[in-house]
Amino acid sequence: MSTVFRRSTLVRHGLVFLGLAVVLLVLTSFVFDSFTNYNVTEVAIYAISAAGLTVLTGINGQVSLGHGALMMIGAYTTSVLLTRHPGLPLILMLVASIATTGIAGAIVGLAGARLRGPYLAGATLALAVALPQVPSHFASVFGGNQGLSVAASTPPAFLGSSFAPEQWLAWITLAAALVTFFVLANLVRSATGQRFRMVRDNEVAARLSGVDVARTQVLAFVVSAACAGLAGSLFAYWVSVTSPSGFTLNLSLSLLTAIVIGGLGSLSGAVLGSFILVYLPVWTGGLASSLNLSTNVANNVPLAIYGIVLIGAILVFPRGVAGGVASIVRGVTRVLRSSRGTGPLPAAPEAPSQ
Amino acid sequence: MRPEISRSRTWAVAAVGGAAVLLTAACGSTSSTGNSASAPGVTATTVTIGSTQPLTGPAAPGYSEIAPASNAYFKYVNAHGGVNGRKISYTYLDDQYNPTSTATQTRKLVLQTQVFAMFQALGTPTHLSVVSYLNSEHVPDLFVASGCNCWNNTSQYPDTFGWQPNYTIEGKILGQYIVQNFASKKVGFFLQGPNDEFGADGLMGVNDSLQGKGLNVDSTPAYYTPTAAGAMAVGAAIAGLQAQGVQVIVSFSVPLFTAIAEASAAGLNYHPQFVVSNVGSDPPTLSTILTGGSLGKKLPAGLIGGTISDTYLPLLTDAANPWVTLFQSIKATYAPSLPWDGNVEYGMAEAYTFVQALKAAGQNPTRASMVSAVESSHWTDGPGITPYAYSSSNHNGYTGVQMVTIGLDGTLKTLGPVEITDDTPTGAITTFSGTPSTPPTGGIPSD
Repeated sequence: MSTVFRRSTLVRHGLVFLGLAVVLLVLTSFVFDSFTNYNVTEVAIYAISAAGLTVLTGINGQVSLGHGALMMIGAYTTSVLLTRHPGLPLILMLVASIATTGIAGAIVGLAGARLRGPYLAGATLALAVALPQVPSHFASVFGGNQGLSVAASTPPAFLGSSFAPEQWLAWITLAAALVTFFVLANLVRSATGQRFRMVRDNEVAARLSGVDVARTQVLAFVVSAACAGLAGSLFAYWVSVTSPSGFTLNLSLSLLTAIVIGGLGSLSGAVLGSFILVYLPVWTGGLASSLNLSTNVANNVPLAIYGIVLIGAILVFPRGVAGGVASIVRGVTRVLRSSRGTGPLPAAPEAPSQ
Repeated sequence: MRPEISRSRTWAVAAVGGAAVLLTAACGSTSSTGNSASAPGVTATTVTIGSTQPLTGPAAPGYSEIAPASNAYFKYVNAHGGVNGRKISYTYLDDQYNPTSTATQTRKLVLQTQVFAMFQALGTPTHLSVVSYLNSEHVPDLFVASGCNCWNNTSQYPDTFGWQPNYTIEGKILGQYIVQNFASKKVGFFLQGPNDEFGADGLMGVNDSLQGKGLNVDSTPAYYTPTAAGAMAVGAAIAGLQAQGVQVIVSFSVPLFTAIAEASAAGLNYHPQFVVSNVGSDPPTLSTILTGGSLGKKLPAGLIGGTISDTYLPLLTDAANPWVTLFQSIKATYAPSLPWDGNVEYGMAEAYTFVQALKAAGQNPTRASMVSAVESSHWTDGPGITPYAYSSSNHNGYTGVQMVTIGLDGTLKTLGPVEITDDTPTGAITTFSGTPSTPPTGGIPSD
């Protein structure tokens, strides 16, 4: 019975992701201009990293303020390798970055499994603050503050010489994002995902049920770090330069913001949160310049709106935008069904699935 | 199992919502009076150019005035008919002197704003992060506001041009002055870096002149990182030079870090001779930083007084120079809130060169005609005191400098003649005896 159900989950996810792939392929090829593709790539990079973070924080209950630093490990893996061996294929870079960051995640996870709450937050915060100092001290390897430049991945010749590099990178990044989300969506519904949640909800109960808490926590960290590594590698291609200035504490906090606004523990929330993170400044920036404000005010309007949205989202959607959207959809369906005379449905459970 | 269903619904909502809001519109072009939309960013009535500037962050003190000053000159030109009937629209975005931010802001300018050309993009580490991209897109990358030798690389970066004397040319002339005047003193370095072309190119130039002259040189330069954390570490770096007994500090640094270095030395009761690159030595900027910008507050005369540097533009205080009076009057009308300092003079002078180039690119400029206009320019008029090096094989701008010193009253005084050279290790330094040009009537380049 359970194998049949699991197989059907896999099939259902497979169909959804295939559909999404077709939609995104059409959008990036025929609808979006280069700048939109460039921004969509950024959304996808954030989403990959945020998805990893939401598995760690939302589903396994370990907070990380250091995911920007993990992305940095991925980005530097790609950049150092490309500097030494130009011409290595992109896929190899992605795999290498996933591997190094996964190992780093295991080390952080081993330490993290002994720490709880604010102490774990502090330890990961230290990582986010300390790691960007490393390239300045080993400047010959990491290029110092100026950083390492990353050669763009050129589209294959059969796509034509006028094929926009932004579209090519959007394809790669969205493909990587779809694979990541497919794997994670199945992982969180698997027995392993169940163990992640058990450890989050009650460590003692989990231990009594035979779950190795520490091992589960380390595994969650590895999975999460691997996502950050993948995102970091793509980030290096997207920015075209890897320098410590790209991986400030701000990045780590932005990722945390994305998963909280989007909906903690929900993978679709990670996408929504990343989307808000990238597009809110774009829209508010346009708004600010169209209002004809003085430059000092206009420069700060996007930041102020961002703050208001953050506060508003937490107040209105305590379970994030994804949670809010889900409740609205449920509410509407209920009203529609009852007006059709099929009678009220029993109330849906609000709590995360146990 | 309801959550499963609602999750896939949220997925659908995310996908559809995402698709709906991402749609953007494109715009068309018009033509009239023989002017056509001849290139991206060029319409019959406008030319849109872009730049990345440190409007905030560690390099902002002083440098944040450069683009507004250029914009003031463009407004002046626009108010007098523009260039071939087109008004110049200058969009400069803040990159906080952060290479990552430069990369994203530059793509915004190229892909979204669709600029015709980049102009005066500021900073060595910052602009290095986008120079390949701009050249692969064939966007003219004119007059980078940095003296890195890297902009003079016609095979790799055929669309990029420097403007100010590059740091190696400058370093060679500074080095020659040290050999002539401080041969018996121990020389040390305070540089942006390590692995930053700004510091490295300057060091290379100074060493070209010091080599084989038997000077006592401290072989390990002190480096700073241009970040807030880097500012904290300057005191220790200067103390290190003091401990080495360094008597002459050659500094390739942005103004904030020159100021911190000089203040740190004074705080240590350490009084070396500072020899500072032009970009980090503007006296009004240093005074503003060191007094916290408060008006009327006096700086101790010895703090920046005595510093040696160089210039390739007329002295700010030379009221008899027609370029100085021209730029001051434009500033008074079009950017009255800016101070009169080296950054503003720089911005105005560079904008003048841009207008020269745009005129030379023809009635309906293209990106290619813009590049060849600079390569074949042979301009002899302009605010600078040395000739330009521009040719199809050389993308350097000004070819030399004149040594200056900051007096105890905080104004610059010249030391010796204008000297020119190239950026090769053995290229001789020669005295330039050409006469300075005067601005054309109306202050706008003629055809």
